[in-house]
Amino acid sequence: MSVDHDHQPGWIGDALAEHDKLEAEGRPQLPLADREQQVLDRIDRARRRRPRVREERITMSHGSGGKATHTLIEAIFLDAFRNPLLEPLEDAAQLRVGGSRLALTTDSYVVSPLFFPGGDIGDLAVNGTVNDLSVSGATPLYLSAGFILEEGFPVADLHRIVASMRDAAAAAGVHVVTGDTKVVQKGKADGCYINTAGVGVIDREVNLGVAGAQPGDAIIVSGPIGDHGITIMLARGELDIEADLSSDTAPLNGLVAGLLDTVPGVRAMRDATRGGVATILNEIAKAAEAGVLVSEDKIPVRAEVRGASELLGIDPMYVACEGRLVAVVPGDEADRAVAALRAHPLGEQAAIIGHVRAEQPGIVQLKTAFGGTRIVDLLVGDPLPRIC
Amino acid sequence: MRFVDEFRDADKAHALAAKIAALCEPGRQYKLMEVCGGHTHTIYKHGLEDYLPESITLVHGPGCPVCVIPMGRVDDAIHLASQPDVIMTSFGDMMRVPGSGGSFFDANAEGTNIRMVYSPLDSLKIARQNPDKQVVFMAIGFETTAPSTAMTMLRAAAQGLTNFSVFCNHVTIIPAIKAILDSPDLRLDGFIGPGHVSTVIGCRPYEFIARDYGKPVVVAGFEPLDILQSIYLLMLQLSQNRSEVENQYSRVVPWNGNLVALKAIGETMELRPYFEWRGLGFISHSALQVREKYAAMDAERLFEVPGVRVADPKACQCGEVLKGVLKPWECKVFGTACTPETPIGTCMVSPEGACAAYYNFGRMNRNRVAEAEVARS
Repeated sequence: MSVDHDHQPGWIGDALAEHDKLEAEGRPQLPLADREQQVLDRIDRARRRRPRVREERITMSHGSGGKATHTLIEAIFLDAFRNPLLEPLEDAAQLRVGGSRLALTTDSYVVSPLFFPGGDIGDLAVNGTVNDLSVSGATPLYLSAGFILEEGFPVADLHRIVASMRDAAAAAGVHVVTGDTKVVQKGKADGCYINTAGVGVIDREVNLGVAGAQPGDAIIVSGPIGDHGITIMLARGELDIEADLSSDTAPLNGLVAGLLDTVPGVRAMRDATRGGVATILNEIAKAAEAGVLVSEDKIPVRAEVRGASELLGIDPMYVACEGRLVAVVPGDEADRAVAALRAHPLGEQAAIIGHVRAEQPGIVQLKTAFGGTRIVDLLVGDPLPRIC
Repeated sequence: MRFVDEFRDADKAHALAAKIAALCEPGRQYKLMEVCGGHTHTIYKHGLEDYLPESITLVHGPGCPVCVIPMGRVDDAIHLASQPDVIMTSFGDMMRVPGSGGSFFDANAEGTNIRMVYSPLDSLKIARQNPDKQVVFMAIGFETTAPSTAMTMLRAAAQGLTNFSVFCNHVTIIPAIKAILDSPDLRLDGFIGPGHVSTVIGCRPYEFIARDYGKPVVVAGFEPLDILQSIYLLMLQLSQNRSEVENQYSRVVPWNGNLVALKAIGETMELRPYFEWRGLGFISHSALQVREKYAAMDAERLFEVPGVRVADPKACQCGEVLKGVLKPWECKVFGTACTPETPIGTCMVSPEGACAAYYNFGRMNRNRVAEAEVARS
């Protein structure tokens, strides 16, 4: 047996250089608590560094909605396309065209299986884009639909998907006004992928953005979390777990309109898709440079979702929803906001789950039901690929 | 949720915490090791340390199956997976563990077919669906997972499957605990014994710890109250100068273990003369290999395995962390060069790894947080 020293990839070289640099600076012997704080500060600085994609190829992690996705977006896409409209990285871009404020968004859907309890790729593709527009404060108006179909895909399935897109569009009050179709050889895609883009008009005097969250603001979710992700996972039939669950896919424009009518001062909204509620809380903490504290026992989670998550070792906080939003509202308007959400059928179980605070900026903390505290960070890796 | 919420009751936790605090002798420091990575995960996930007095330190042990796999074995696995007509199956935890040339995820991006499975039995389904491929299961874990590998092998044999094999990396816990007890770096007061391992091996194998080393052992369950109660039982033993093996997890762990599981392991596997543990080095008779009788299911016999020993990056201090000598944040690359998204060491990869648990859940200075909260109220 031999020891191979040279056979080490680039990132280990980086680590060694960093290590040597720290070594050269010397490690002062501070009291334990201060040394721990010093390390935490150093981590903080490392996390604020300009993101860089270290991998040579795309891995599944880059699609997870977690850390690798954020790195990919910031280091590659934002870097190339940088402009003031893109930079906020909100769910939809806000544009001024003539005298109107518009919101524009796009999303691609690769969910597997294509049909699942509570919905299919068709209504998902409509609702997802409608929701990205809605949480930006816009009234969704027009959608495009692009299809990538695999040779051999059953036309009957396509009929079914398109019919559910039509119904979802009607329910949300939007029209699909343009589209595109491509077919690729068998094996070069998996059945059917859909891209939708949407445009909406922002006709309210709202100024939404997670960067606007302030200490004292309340954080609200509109209903039980994680239904969609767990439903998809069980629908794949690989786990031999059965539960009476269906996807929460739904258009949120009605719910949002009700909320904004009652509480025009809402600071920010996000729909909790890939990466779940945990990812949104981290986006709030990062953009607002504030801390976020939420209580585990306040977060609505269905018993079926909790049970399946417990068995699978997944945290429901990271599991995707397709019909839930997270809202940040001024603390003194929180109760009115919850009442407004509960008045709508999609918001019956809305709840205040925590608040924004000045302490621990950039960090999301969870008060556990057990009575302890812990951090809720962005997810690394991908427990559930192709969820939407 | 029944059978879960009862074990996460904050009121009971407060009561236990008070009893634990009352057992602390003034001026004495206590170091208790939780051997199992599952415990480490629970401790951080539920913020259990918030309940402990400052004089009790929990030291994270070597019982994280992913963490103890040395880089060379990851390289060997990727080498196996790159052979023509091989599909490798692996638990999800292994997918991001770095070898010297990258992880399983990176290998997949380069063209290997390494699939995540929840149970080794899923490998048999894949083997049946792909009769022209060899399906190699990347077997890792302590005595907890070894029986399921063994049962999978027995079932494959019963079904006459000829295209399924195992790359066996199963390890055994007792030699690792002994290595830690014999290590001069660390003075421990007691052990929170591994619960899942003990469902298989029972409690008897720990008796030497209490008898020969004079340290109490309490085999513990995985809910936060289980761990808190085990800490209470350890503190009670220490306050009464006892050192015994106690079973807190008796609802699951039989004192004599699970004979059926042990038999299945014994039928298919045998001890290796030696095995390299990440950070702990070579430990004799500390791992399992496939028995001659099942040679047709032994990937190490079916394929040429390079077996090159790859040194850990010198900045990586996983060994010290695994032995409990260093706290995760005391490692020089912790959180800066080594993070969950770009792990250098295995402890940062597995959710059971001490570094990942601390980075993901505990990365905050509790003293400062407490001061801030006092100042605010």
